[in-house]
Amino acid sequence: MLELKRITKVFNEGTADEKIALGGIDLTLSPGDFVTVIGSNGAGKSTLMNIISGRLSPDTGEVWINGRNVTSLKEHARARYIGRVFQDPMAGTAPHMTIEENLALAYNRTKRRTLRFGVTKQKREWFRETLRTLHLGLEDRLTAKVGLLSGGERQALSLLMATFTKPDVLLLDEHTAALDPARAELVTELTKEIVAKHRLTTLMVTHNMEQAIRLGNRLIMMDGGQIIFAAEGKEKEELTVERLLAEFQRIRGSQFASDRAVLSQ
Amino acid sequence: MWTAMFSSVEAGLIYAVMALGVYLSFRVLDFPDLTVDGSFVTGASVAAVMIVNGANPFAASAAALLAGFAAGVVTGLLHTKGKINPLLSGILMMIALYSINLRIMGKSNIPLLQEETVIKQMTAAWQQAGWDDVLNRAVSFTGFAPRTWAVLVAMAAVAVVVKGMVDWLLKTELGIAMRATGDNQPMVASFSANTDGLIIFGLGLSNALVAFSGALVAQYGGFSDIGMGIGMIVIGLASVIIGEALFGAHSVVRATWAVIGGAIVYRLILALALRVEFLETSDVKLITALIVMAALIVPNLWAAQKEKRRKRRKAEQLERGEAVAGAETNYKSV
Repeated sequence: MLELKRITKVFNEGTADEKIALGGIDLTLSPGDFVTVIGSNGAGKSTLMNIISGRLSPDTGEVWINGRNVTSLKEHARARYIGRVFQDPMAGTAPHMTIEENLALAYNRTKRRTLRFGVTKQKREWFRETLRTLHLGLEDRLTAKVGLLSGGERQALSLLMATFTKPDVLLLDEHTAALDPARAELVTELTKEIVAKHRLTTLMVTHNMEQAIRLGNRLIMMDGGQIIFAAEGKEKEELTVERLLAEFQRIRGSQFASDRAVLSQ
Repeated sequence: MWTAMFSSVEAGLIYAVMALGVYLSFRVLDFPDLTVDGSFVTGASVAAVMIVNGANPFAASAAALLAGFAAGVVTGLLHTKGKINPLLSGILMMIALYSINLRIMGKSNIPLLQEETVIKQMTAAWQQAGWDDVLNRAVSFTGFAPRTWAVLVAMAAVAVVVKGMVDWLLKTELGIAMRATGDNQPMVASFSANTDGLIIFGLGLSNALVAFSGALVAQYGGFSDIGMGIGMIVIGLASVIIGEALFGAHSVVRATWAVIGGAIVYRLILALALRVEFLETSDVKLITALIVMAALIVPNLWAAQKEKRRKRRKAEQLERGEAVAGAETNYKSV
C-alpha cells in the first residue's frame, strides 16, 4: 500500500549545520498494516512523515502509494490518498469555521471541489451520525466554531476528519503528545477503534513507548535517520518497554537519548 | 442636511461593493491586499474609456470587472508562485497599476458628464415609471424630496445581489476551502485543496468587485481620475471594521450585511465630520484614517473596561459574602 524506496534527505548540505535527516529508508506497508514509529528527537520521524505527505521532497528515493509513484506530486495532490493528524490540536482544524464546515472541507479530500453547497441537509445528517461515534456530544454542536472546542475534542475531530473518507494511508504524527493523559487515552482508544473499523494502513509516530507497543501490528525504531529495529507479529506482541530500551542500548551502545522517551514510558 | 445624508447613503451603497471585495481578501483570505488602490482606478478607467468610445455602459462596467479580476490574479501569482510577502505583492501591483491606469486612460482624467452612463440610463427608466412620486409621497412628512430615488434603489439592489453572491460562494465546497485557507492554510493542503489556486482565485474575485465598484463610482461621480483610488484600501478596511464592530460578524451572512452597513456608516460619519466648521474637504484622508483607528482601538478599550468592571463587581460580591460563580472550590474540572 505504502512503499518507501531508499529515501534520503539531508538538511543544510555542505554547511557546518549539515544534518542527515534520513539515510536511505526502505519501508513497505501492506494493506491494513498499523506501524508505530518510535525514536528520540532528531531521529528523522517527522521528516519521514513530511516526505510521505509531500510537505518535503526527498533528495533521492521514491514514495509509492497503492502502486503509484507519487514522489513528484505536490502535497495537496497527494492528499487524495493520505489522511493526516498533526501533533498540535490547532493544526488539523480551521478554528473560525463551524464543526460541520470543517467536516465538509474534509469530506472533499477525495473529490473535486465544486460550486455545490458544502453543507447540505443530507451531509449534515451523515456528519451527525459520524460524530456520534466519537461519544463526545459533538453531534449536537454542528454549528459551533471549532475554536471553542477543547484540545482533546479538536484532536478527536481532526482524527475523524482525516479518517472518515477512508484514506489509503493514514499518518499520525504524535497526535496524542500535546494532550493531558486522560484525553490522550481517549484519542488513543478512538484511533484504535477507527483504524480497526476501516482497516486503514497506518503509520503512527509516537514518543510514548507504551503506546507504541500497545497499538498496531508492527513497530519500528528510528535513530540517526535510519530504521535500527523492527518487530512484527508475535515478536511485537511480546515487546516490553524494558526490552525496547535494552534493544536500543545493544544496537547503539548508548542510552536512549531522549528524556521525553524515557519520561513517557 | 437630509440631502447630505441621502447622498452619503447612495455613495455608501456603491462603495459597499468595493468593501465586499476587501472583505474577501482581508477577512476571508486573511490577505491585506493593497492592490485595491490600483484596481479601483483600473475599473474606473476601463469603464470610462469604453464609455467615451461609445460602448454600452453596462458592457463597460462588466469589462471593468474582468480587468479587476486580472489585476487580482497577478497579485495572487506574485504571492503564491513568486513567494512574495502578501503586503509587498499588493504594493508592487498597486504601483504598477498606477502607470497601467494612465496608459488605459491616456491622460489623468476622463470626464463622463456628457456621456451615457449606467446611472443615467437607470435613472431615466426609473423616472419614466414614475416611482419617484410614490416614494416622495411616502416620505413627505419629513419635508425632504431627493432629486431621484433611482440611484439609491438601484445601488441597494446591486449591493444586495453582490452580497448574496458572495454569501453563496462562501458556502460552496470551493468557498469553504477558500475560507479555510485564510483560517489555517497548512491544514487545507492536507485535505487536498490547492491553496495557491484558491488564493489566486479569491484575490481575483476581490479585485473584480473593487474594479466594478470603481466603474460605478466613476459613472456616479461623472469622471474617472488617476488619483481616485488613493487610500481606497483604508476606506474598505474602515467599512469592514466599522461594520463588524457595530453589527457583528458571527456568520458569513451576518458579516457581509455588516460590511454593507459599515460602508454606509463610514460615509455618514464622513459627511458629518465635513460639516464641522474647522475641517475641509482636503482633510478627508485624515478623517478616514482617524475613523479606522477609532474603530480598531475603541472596541478594545470598551472590552477592557467591561472586564475590569466585571472583576470589581465580583470582588465586591465576595467581600459581602455572596455566592460568586467560579469561586467555590471545584475539583471536578475535566
